[in-house]
Amino acid sequence: MVHAFLIHTLSGSGQATGDATFCRVLYSQVFGSERLPDEPGPRGPERDRLLRKEQLLAVARQAETACKLLQQASGRPPTDLLPQSSDEPIPLQDAPSGVFRLRPGDPFQEAKVVVWLRLLSLGCALVCEPHENLLLAESTLRLLTRLLLEHLKLLSSGSNVLLRGDRIEAILNHFLPQGQLLFLNDQFVQALEKELSTSLAR
Amino acid sequence: MGLRVFRLVSGRGGRVFKPATGCSPRERRASSAKRGAGLGIAPREIQDQELKKFCLRITGLLQKEDLGNETIDCLQRLFLIVSATKYYRKLEKKFVELLLSAMYFPKSPEQVQVLCAAILREISPSEDLTLFYDHIQNTKLLSLMSSVLLAQGNKRDEVRDVGLRVTKILESRQPEGQSLRYLLPVLSKVITLSPKVLKEDQINLLNKRLIDWLRYASIQQGVAQISGGFFSNPRARQPGPITEVDGAVATDFFTVLSVGQHYTEDQWLNMQAFSMLRKWLLYSGNDGTETPDSADDKSELEGSIMSMVSATSTSSRLLPPKERLRENAFEYCQRLIEQSNRRALKKPDCELQKACLVEAVIILDLLCRQDSSFMYRTLSCLKTLHGRLCGDLAYVQALLPVAQFFLNHSEAAAVDSEAVYQHLFTNIPSELFYNSMLAFEFIQFCRDNIHFFNGNLSIFKSSFPNLFKFLAWNSASLISEFVDILPVFIDASTAIEMLHVLLDLPCLTAALDLYLRSSFPTAEKPLWDPSLKPTSCLDGFRDPYHQALFQYLLRPKAKGFIKGLAPLHELLKPMAGCARVIQCAETVPILIQLFFTVVTEFADGTLINQLAVLLLGRSGLLFDVPQFKAAVHREMSSQLLVLCKLHPSLVVELSKELLEFTGTIRNIHSKENIFTHVVWAIGEYLSVLYDRRCTVELINKFFETLEALLFEITQFRPSATLPKCCPRVITVLMTTLTKLASRSQDLIPRVSLFLSKMRSFAQSPAMTSVYSEEDTETILTRATELMNLLKMPSVAQFVLTPSVEVSNPRYHLDTNTSLPLALQMASRLVEKEASLLSW
Repeated sequence: MVHAFLIHTLSGSGQATGDATFCRVLYSQVFGSERLPDEPGPRGPERDRLLRKEQLLAVARQAETACKLLQQASGRPPTDLLPQSSDEPIPLQDAPSGVFRLRPGDPFQEAKVVVWLRLLSLGCALVCEPHENLLLAESTLRLLTRLLLEHLKLLSSGSNVLLRGDRIEAILNHFLPQGQLLFLNDQFVQALEKELSTSLAR
Repeated sequence: MGLRVFRLVSGRGGRVFKPATGCSPRERRASSAKRGAGLGIAPREIQDQELKKFCLRITGLLQKEDLGNETIDCLQRLFLIVSATKYYRKLEKKFVELLLSAMYFPKSPEQVQVLCAAILREISPSEDLTLFYDHIQNTKLLSLMSSVLLAQGNKRDEVRDVGLRVTKILESRQPEGQSLRYLLPVLSKVITLSPKVLKEDQINLLNKRLIDWLRYASIQQGVAQISGGFFSNPRARQPGPITEVDGAVATDFFTVLSVGQHYTEDQWLNMQAFSMLRKWLLYSGNDGTETPDSADDKSELEGSIMSMVSATSTSSRLLPPKERLRENAFEYCQRLIEQSNRRALKKPDCELQKACLVEAVIILDLLCRQDSSFMYRTLSCLKTLHGRLCGDLAYVQALLPVAQFFLNHSEAAAVDSEAVYQHLFTNIPSELFYNSMLAFEFIQFCRDNIHFFNGNLSIFKSSFPNLFKFLAWNSASLISEFVDILPVFIDASTAIEMLHVLLDLPCLTAALDLYLRSSFPTAEKPLWDPSLKPTSCLDGFRDPYHQALFQYLLRPKAKGFIKGLAPLHELLKPMAGCARVIQCAETVPILIQLFFTVVTEFADGTLINQLAVLLLGRSGLLFDVPQFKAAVHREMSSQLLVLCKLHPSLVVELSKELLEFTGTIRNIHSKENIFTHVVWAIGEYLSVLYDRRCTVELINKFFETLEALLFEITQFRPSATLPKCCPRVITVLMTTLTKLASRSQDLIPRVSLFLSKMRSFAQSPAMTSVYSEEDTETILTRATELMNLLKMPSVAQFVLTPSVEVSNPRYHLDTNTSLPLALQMASRLVEKEASLLSW
């Protein structure tokens, strides 16, 4: 089961200019709220919500760091952070990805495993339960990223991820319903893609 | 509170959000493209008033039942407003209700429903939300509403409500034209969030449904849903049989690895059911009580060898649903294992085969834990599978769950599984250390099974040099995992080799890099840093002179320590600046610290002495990675003190080594930190108080060595050509000499004379050019204080070598300040006495 999915920005390593230095969560969906500890003191809905948002930001930041370190270790220059041309197909198979563990209580109540993937200047991440089938999680993340690219023109200029929440939601509803990782063979994927296209066509 | 929302610079319309700065659309587009597409975001505050107005506009649209583009546009913006801030955006209760009804509204397009749900989920937890959904038959909508409800934090038992509603529909006859497949993920989420929602009879019913879906899905393909139009001929579209991933006609029941042009409803449910099978088995198998997914429930498993042997697949129809589901799950997994052996026609299916294999093995393990009667059959199946996996690295990830199975059950099943672990720990890390996902899972596997390894699995412990390859290559991502398993490897027999391995870790990274370069010279996507061309290193890697050393460095198993990796440090120098090596080097101090925390808990005097000698020796034998030496030296110094404190006799027992170390003037400059600490430790622990073997001769020997050293650096060396010596080294040397003198009082005149000379030394032009006034001041103050102290030998002895009874209850917490405090006090006393006398 996946606890959350998020899309966040990745600042280019080395370019410390203005906005680019902050890691921002552009979109997130939490699948069912986590069981919260019974701590004393008042806790309104506002605080619960704030906690949820901060948790996701913490994940995004860690994913960003992990991504930077991987980039550093590979020895490749960070130039490929910017798309050369929006029409160029992006080699998703080669997109850098990784996985790390979040200890219980930091930032989630229970331990989680995060699978992340870098797509030029964006990062996508799945926050999974521990002992999740990581092969499946990784291939699902790649599948979701491909669909996001196709249906949101994620990286082409003028595209706005932020105003296309409904498309992201539709993709997730089909391919990651309620955070359930699905064992989809290629024919299932094609069938779901057809359904998705029908539902997105206004 | 001013709330912030991110506005897209190149956003459409702009009726809601006007540009924050007045730049032309073209400029905006340009800046957007430059920053990485789609990210041209600038924060702007949306005031509550503005939001209210905007909501009013949406209200108008929704009340008119206008569900066209404008409404969708507005809802998209509203979603952005509520989701882009981490603070709570209050929406009016009435407005929330309106969104709800737009979601229910049968004529609403899916897009509107999705958006309304997304907005409601974003503002959750919300107290204004009341959903009535008992009458809703539309399963898709129900799934959407569940996502809103499950986001509420279960304050009003929402999870239970959703669970009951979904179960009810799943139990009853399928509503006309509705698919149940949207509901299974909801069920899966419900049992994840709240383990005690369902009752026994409900679980039984669902068990039965799952059996049907898993085992009895149609093996004919589905029919295309869309009518084909004018040219379609219904007879030409006769659905064919389901095929396997390699194109052969399916010979057995439908699974997620079965392929068809179109899928029937029950085939969809089959896929959904398998996707949630592990979760469900865990849930229902534990009778709704939660235990973590680990091998905790051993009690259930023990003492049932009989049932295991006698168990065969008895007519499973007679069994209760829970057992029947297990039986079916078992068959399903076996079929998946068989299917994963086929050559898939499509690459994505090939990936799915791997994931399925992993899942199947995990489920088989779970089944055996829940019911040992599966063990016998699973054992033979997994033994064959293991043989298959050993020859095929493509499926390497499945080796971990297989090994997990043997760890969990080999004892109960009385089988020898040494070969499984042997292969796993010997071959896999050496060959696939660069696979970061595998590395993570491997280390997770080790961490999860520490309780097994702590027993008598010697293969695990002796494989530590191999497991360190994962860390050396993936240090940034694995360090936090590794600190969990490192303690398990450390015992008296491995400690020395382990410390060497830790100190050589960056060297190992470089060696692994060379190993990859020479193993896959023509790789299309190189795994190493392509900008680096270490030709000389590669030549060295292959030449026979270095080969033995490299083989030792890349050894799969612990085999003791050999001397002389120094030639490798020299050879690998061109790789010291490589980013991966540097990242690895950064983890070493952390690991050393952890190592000593563990080792000092059990180490005896002999081991402590060995470790101290090792630290002194290796301090000069480190791979020359930028900043690595300094960081390791810092750690070594503090650990040396820990060792001395634990075993003060060390100073006496290792007097030869320590004299040699302190007698080498080079060490002051190359290892200043360690040197200072060693000198301090000599002063502190070279005393008959700690070891009866501490003779006057020994004290004199140390005294002479240190005196000569101090003499050399203060009297001869203050020249510009030599790097200056840190004032701390001088003060520590002076103090140590004084301490030694206080214990062998014949030395007091010598040291007093020396200290008195410090003033003239400090005022010499050579010194003033090197030391700042403050530094000189520090040195002189300390010299004066020590001189004063030595004027009263008995006080000096008391202050500088306090007996254990006196020093143990240290009333001041900071031990570093204790001496200066005592010195000042004594100084004041002496001065007072002197003034009294002269008076």
